[in-house]
Amino acid sequence: MSDYVLRVKDLDVQYYTDAGVVYANNKINFDLKPGERLGLVGESGSGKSTMALALLRMIKPPGKIAGGQLLLGATDLTKLSEEEMRQTRGKDISMIPQGAMNSLNPIMRIKDQIVDGMVDHNLGLSRSVLEERAYDALDVVELDRKVGRMYPHELSGGMKQRACIAISVAMHPKVIIADEPTSALDVVTQRKVMQTITRLQEELGSAVILIGHDMGLMAQFATRMAVMYAGSLVELGSVRDIFTEALHPYTEMLIDSLPTIGKRGIFKGIPGITPLLRDLPTGCVFNTRCPKVMDICRTKTPAYKEYRPSHWAACHLHEDGVAKK
Amino acid sequence: MSVQSASATNLTMPPAKEMGSLMNILRYLRRNTQLTVGLSILLFFILFSVIGSFLVDDKAAYPLGATASQAPSWEYPFGTDGQGRDLFAVAIFGVWETFRIGFIAGLIGLIIGAFIGFTSAFFGGWYDVVVRWVVDVLLTVPGLLILIVIASSMDAKSFTLTNMAFIIALTAWMGPARTIRAQVLTLRERSYVMMARLNGMNSWGIIFRELLPNLLPYLGASLVGSVTGAIFASVGLPALGLGPLREPTIGVTIYWAMNQNALLREMWWWLMMPVVTIILMFITLFMISVGLDELANPRVRKTV
Amino acid sequence: MNHLLELKNATKTYKGGTVALDNVSFFIDAEAPSIIAVAGESGSGKTTLGMMALGFLDPSKGDVLYKGKNLRTLSGQEQTNFRKEVQAVFQDPFAVYNPFYKVDHIFEVGIRNFKLAKSGAEARRKIEEALVSVGLRPEETLGRFPHQLSGGQRQRLVVARALLFRPQLLMADEPVSMVDASLRATILESLRKMKEEYQITILYITHDLTTAYHVCDHIIVLYKGSVMEAGDVESVVANPQHPYTQLLIDSIPWPDLSRQWGQQEINAIDAETARIGKGCKFASRCPHVMEKCSQSPPPLYQIDENQVAACFLYEDKPTLAGEELGQLFK
Repeated sequence: MSDYVLRVKDLDVQYYTDAGVVYANNKINFDLKPGERLGLVGESGSGKSTMALALLRMIKPPGKIAGGQLLLGATDLTKLSEEEMRQTRGKDISMIPQGAMNSLNPIMRIKDQIVDGMVDHNLGLSRSVLEERAYDALDVVELDRKVGRMYPHELSGGMKQRACIAISVAMHPKVIIADEPTSALDVVTQRKVMQTITRLQEELGSAVILIGHDMGLMAQFATRMAVMYAGSLVELGSVRDIFTEALHPYTEMLIDSLPTIGKRGIFKGIPGITPLLRDLPTGCVFNTRCPKVMDICRTKTPAYKEYRPSHWAACHLHEDGVAKK
Repeated sequence: MSVQSASATNLTMPPAKEMGSLMNILRYLRRNTQLTVGLSILLFFILFSVIGSFLVDDKAAYPLGATASQAPSWEYPFGTDGQGRDLFAVAIFGVWETFRIGFIAGLIGLIIGAFIGFTSAFFGGWYDVVVRWVVDVLLTVPGLLILIVIASSMDAKSFTLTNMAFIIALTAWMGPARTIRAQVLTLRERSYVMMARLNGMNSWGIIFRELLPNLLPYLGASLVGSVTGAIFASVGLPALGLGPLREPTIGVTIYWAMNQNALLREMWWWLMMPVVTIILMFITLFMISVGLDELANPRVRKTV
Repeated sequence: MNHLLELKNATKTYKGGTVALDNVSFFIDAEAPSIIAVAGESGSGKTTLGMMALGFLDPSKGDVLYKGKNLRTLSGQEQTNFRKEVQAVFQDPFAVYNPFYKVDHIFEVGIRNFKLAKSGAEARRKIEEALVSVGLRPEETLGRFPHQLSGGQRQRLVVARALLFRPQLLMADEPVSMVDASLRATILESLRKMKEEYQITILYITHDLTTAYHVCDHIIVLYKGSVMEAGDVESVVANPQHPYTQLLIDSIPWPDLSRQWGQQEINAIDAETARIGKGCKFASRCPHVMEKCSQSPPPLYQIDENQVAACFLYEDKPTLAGEELGQLFK
């Protein structure tokens, strides 16, 4: 369907280690509309970073995409050759990695680093045209043109991060994946960078997947949110729907545990620990910590269904004939 | 950003209890070939010397202990030299002595160097400035030169092999001091040192009980390094004619072989014994040091 | 009556001219234990302040006093007491463990040095009690090596250790920033329990105002080594008076759909490229800057009995001397 710019179907990613098979991503399903802002939320051990790498086909051995499809438009990314994928990366789908500001080449000018990314894509354009595109990219991230001629060490943390964003969006990709783009930044700079991402997303019309663990950031930035836990996608819906009434107990407890104005002094953590991805429990991955756990949760993996319009969850509580919440 | 699994620090030794099991050690040795080969040759050397000392008469290693100038044969596997030493016997005693001197000198050098390295890095201040200056200056002076000067001013009679070991130790401490100081400087800022302080530990406690255990593999590798240097010196000094020339060591053999023109007299076996022995010794030490390097540095480690 | 901890004109300057902490004074009294947040971005001096409180950093100028005694001149026994009575929880749940030892090591060494138990069995019992009170199971965590436990478990162990030691003052430096969101509430709950049940005063150092708001009673906002605003945490967060605090509060991503990011444009220049002059540290970034702001640093003006702000916008209000800052935290 041309309605969606990215469709992830039944994605499975596994790592084969000495200690056993690590099931990093299990049957992940979601769709992304053009120009949409999706937040992918997960704590450590949820598999969200693996998911980011999988979307760019950057999973290296001993890991591999064990199953599923990644449809970017009409193309299935899992079926592309390495060369074809390389052409796609940066041009149609790109990523702003975590700690990107530390990966800038210290001896290259910013504009050259932006052009560098474009040169390898055989756009058939002359160097001077590419440089203009680079300056345009700087414009989009609200950096002054003169920053193009600077070196990374001359920039502040926030500026470096925005330079990295410029590198990622120079070719106007349709999908941008931002993996914890503000984790090392202070709160004021974080706001500026997130507003920059919002602005460029509106200008370029790209869809953005924001990956992180900060629900607050999701609430401010994303329109839709996907919640991952122990390698599985447990809930997907609009941010409003999820915050108003989450379907999955994990999401509910996660939101409850967050400090916010008006909830001062109330501490509601989630007891227990996240299971290891190579030692997942049978049935629902959350059954060891869920306060509403039932017998069926321990034996049967819940189906991932659309229980309300555009609001998906994988939980037995909502299945007809099992129990009513 | 949350930390779920371990992050490798620069030098972490696999925790004591885990390494302790024999099966684990053997399994590791199987995968770390260099270390295994090095240790095996070392073991061979030790066995050679120990068993050999029962097979051979003491006197055979000294002049006129055997018929002179004999080429290698069944009776004299390594031949004999121009002064009647059975080179096989010399090898047996020489290898043992060389390793012994090297080990004593290397160990003393390491202990002094480690102590200075730990304390100067940890306490800092004027002490550290002075130490750094002294070490840097002394390292630029060729060790062999220092040794030659000291050795040549010593009374020949009081110059025993053990004395030579001590003299060599004087030049062996600088290298370890500097490298260990560098390591401690990085470890000193670790949070677990702060935690130890919060637990009421004083500085010496921290040095010996928090920092030292984490540097054990590093110290091991340093020891091999300083022993190698000491062996080199213990072979080189006698070869130049300094030190106790009556003892049957490898270096002394080289001296006499050159002094007595072994090659001109076509007694190739006289030089071959020390040369081959030295080559093997250095290969052993090198492989052990490379093997320990792999053990000490988790990033290089391909196994475990 | 001596204050529990007092900083008197504490300044820390590094070679090269960087001023990490600039003439900061405040004190903490122990009669009514509270949790005091020291908040700021990186470069604000909050960690420097924490390290001074622990005696790990010597001020270049000024003094740090514990129970009236200058940390520089403590006798041997006083030093041991100081170490026992002032403890800490650090940010990184992995780095605080010596990888050579099992996790029990951080308990055992302290128990032994401070004589907190008369026998091995008593020590063991106390450790297990502390673990249980933070929600850990002793059989799953003791006797393990640090890399065998999760970050959350390791951090809870550090908190359990603080509970066991029953210090008078606890310095918590970003105790939950490297811990999963679902676990933060549990750890913050333990801190609150320490204050209420064990009468421990906590200095909570952080850049995350949401958790500070959640668990702290009072707050000091630092910027580039100086105090910008201080007071009751509810007042300061709900009603920030200093332009810097306003900028900060405005930029917090609250997980609450009714509180979207402020409409106020950040006309502030990037923090790192802003110049620091003689006057107020925030002058070059402030939307309300006046002539006098760049000439001399503003004193603390008392907005009301619970809040002070160092800003000339309030010069009609009474001033509070720097040394009296501690009054707010009673």
